[in-house]
Amino acid sequence: MNRKYELVYVVSPDGTDDQVTDLHNQVDAIIQRMGGQLEKTDNWGRRKLAYEIGRHKEGTYVLETINGSGELMKEIDRRLKNMDLVIRHLVVRIDEEQEVVERARARRTETSRRRRVARGLPPERQPGEGPRGEVDDDRDDRFGEAGVEV
Amino acid sequence: MFGGKRSAGGGGRGRAGQGQAQGKDGQQRRPMFRRRKVCKFCADKIDDINYKDVKLLMPFVPERAKILPRRISGTCAMHQRKLRTAIMRARQLALIPYTAD
Repeated sequence: MNRKYELVYVVSPDGTDDQVTDLHNQVDAIIQRMGGQLEKTDNWGRRKLAYEIGRHKEGTYVLETINGSGELMKEIDRRLKNMDLVIRHLVVRIDEEQEVVERARARRTETSRRRRVARGLPPERQPGEGPRGEVDDDRDDRFGEAGVEV
Repeated sequence: MFGGKRSAGGGGRGRAGQGQAQGKDGQQRRPMFRRRKVCKFCADKIDDINYKDVKLLMPFVPERAKILPRRISGTCAMHQRKLRTAIMRARQLALIPYTAD
């Protein structure tokens, strides 16, 4: 059964661009061999790490979205563990979460439409309706360290 | 929206210590200087708390890099749970620190 996964790996800063693409091709080869599909790949480029890993202070992040079986991801995980060039990697299954998110979003638009219609407005928001209701008392100034802003 | 939000003292209903009974409503303001805390994710309608979105997560890991507790941030239980997994994943990938150094 095919599921959707997300794979992020961090390549050591010593790795050249060629090595990064080579790594990507290796991952792709495993996917092809085990009957999965590579849906999307995204190179975030070089980023500073939040903490040192080994002696590295930065790394190249690559994100791949993969359709495939659990076996496939196990294999990729095993392979990446053994590569010295990859200093960190993470596999996350995303199909279930995505579904939940979509359902929540659908439910929200549906209720907002229903309410708007009940108030005698057209179901969609019109331009020039003014800003959404602002909550201006959501900041709690009793706690100095609470930096929840933005 | 209800017009009464600005008329601070006017909402006399909440005064007589009944605040607890109606606290869930959240519409009237208590005369104390306590501001109602709102879950950021509910208020902004953010459904997806993703570990890749560092900008979204950073306000919830202040200086010491510990996760900000619910009692301070006001995040609701469901979103705090999702926030926690997202932060833990981001930490694995060194997008967010485990500790302040």
